[in-house]
Amino acid sequence: MTTTFNVNKIRNDFPILKQQVNGCPLVYLDNGATSQKPQSVIDAIVNYYSTTNSNVHRGVHTMSQQATDGYEGARAKVRQFINASDDREIIFTRNTTEGINLVAHSYGRQNIGPGDDIIVSNMEHHSNIVPWQMLCEEKGANLRVVPIDDAGELLVDEYEKMLSSRTKLVSITHVSNALGTILPAAQIARMAHAHGAPILFDGAQAVPHMPVDVQELDCDFYVFSGHKLFGPTGIGILYGKAEYLEAMPPFLGGGEMIKSVTFEKTIYNDLPYKFEGGTPDIAGAIGLGAAIDYVNDLGFDQITAHEDELLRYGTDALSTIEGLKIIGTAEHKAGILSFVMDLAHPHDIGTILDEQGIAVRTGHHCAQPVMQRFQIPATARASLAFYNTKEDIDALVKGIDRVIEVFS
Amino acid sequence: MDGLYGDLVMDHYRNPRNRSPISDADIEAEEFNPFCGDRATLQLKLDGRGNICGVSAQAEGCSIIQAATSMLCDQLQGKSLDEVAEIGERYRLALRNGAEGESELGDLRALQVVRQYPVRIKCALLPLTALEEGIKAYREKTG
Repeated sequence: MTTTFNVNKIRNDFPILKQQVNGCPLVYLDNGATSQKPQSVIDAIVNYYSTTNSNVHRGVHTMSQQATDGYEGARAKVRQFINASDDREIIFTRNTTEGINLVAHSYGRQNIGPGDDIIVSNMEHHSNIVPWQMLCEEKGANLRVVPIDDAGELLVDEYEKMLSSRTKLVSITHVSNALGTILPAAQIARMAHAHGAPILFDGAQAVPHMPVDVQELDCDFYVFSGHKLFGPTGIGILYGKAEYLEAMPPFLGGGEMIKSVTFEKTIYNDLPYKFEGGTPDIAGAIGLGAAIDYVNDLGFDQITAHEDELLRYGTDALSTIEGLKIIGTAEHKAGILSFVMDLAHPHDIGTILDEQGIAVRTGHHCAQPVMQRFQIPATARASLAFYNTKEDIDALVKGIDRVIEVFS
Repeated sequence: MDGLYGDLVMDHYRNPRNRSPISDADIEAEEFNPFCGDRATLQLKLDGRGNICGVSAQAEGCSIIQAATSMLCDQLQGKSLDEVAEIGERYRLALRNGAEGESELGDLRALQVVRQYPVRIKCALLPLTALEEGIKAYREKTG
């Protein structure tokens, strides 16, 4: 690790962090919901609309070519970022949810039939449950759920037992949004492949915190959102191995995704355009490219080291608070401190923290089965990014002291 | 901050009223908040003239939903269903505009402060929504 990681300098790149909220300096600990954007991302979007705005892959005019170069340049950045082997394997979507739904509608409807199994885990976001439930209902297939233990670790032995010749797809989170658990993704993929099943990882909570190499993981699909990776909302990524994407039917029909259209027959476009029907979020893609540049400049060696230290510091600090229980204590975690308190409901914790300018998420985090597993209605969740500091954690602890004061 | 968590709110939160279940309720309703899984369950018993003679409520969740449920139930005893609808309307207005000069609402007046915390208004309204749904279903059933 180099010693150039200067968090105060980094914070200066994020204009929103200079704000006051409710008369207090903003302490932003809701990065799991969405991350803040550096000035370079904001500038990229403003520049695009100020100087380049045109449709992509259409016109012969100069700006259209520039827009296409920007958009395709962003695709190449994403490809490098997750070490895919080919730009054609990078599909722009709106978000993680759309990526999963694309695979469910396209791959799933073609390849999953009555009596087949789809495997998910007990710690999925609703977006990695509901599309599969809908598909299972339509096809008469079964949704199987790998259980987790009290720490929030996946029970790999149970997963092994669940795999069979009936398993047609495994779709599992890389990092749990409610618990922070980092799952053993390469092992999960190997085990799925040993039974001939493709594997999809929901990487929404992974890509902001750790390097992801889709070839090393040997996953067949990998999905994530731009807005949790310091990019804009409205842009997401589906990575798929070309051999799968080639064989899959299109998801949305329309412009862009065709080679030729007659009323008798339409010929679909090549990858990746086959899956990008309609005018895409060009500015969003360019913004995501700028976000990836920013993250690459910092480097994951430094990001991970800083965040691991913060997570340790935060875990130690919260652990000393009487009547507070951390939910999710896996050995390998990324960026998430979920907790409940004997004295106060998470909503009340959230309101009292907000009064002090501290933003956390409260509720079930779109992961109700996780809450059911731990027999709690909700948690308060502090989620970290590389621009957070020990002072942010100290403010959280002080904020929690105030919760105790009001409710005891 | 004591604004939201004032003495009256905290009292109803810590000591909710009307919690004993009614075995032969005429009106039963349950409402969830899909964002947080909070829940309010209400039961009402009506006398021969159609006025409320028994109230029971259970709430699970944050202090606001629990206090609101307790406070709302306190206002229902002896009321007709039309009067209940009026209380509901007044309560809704108080959450939007404040409860100045509003004497019918009893302790519910303390919740007018929630209007300064817009994301919490749905917590305060959940028991009322349950009540209204329950009454609507009862009226449909009994014509």
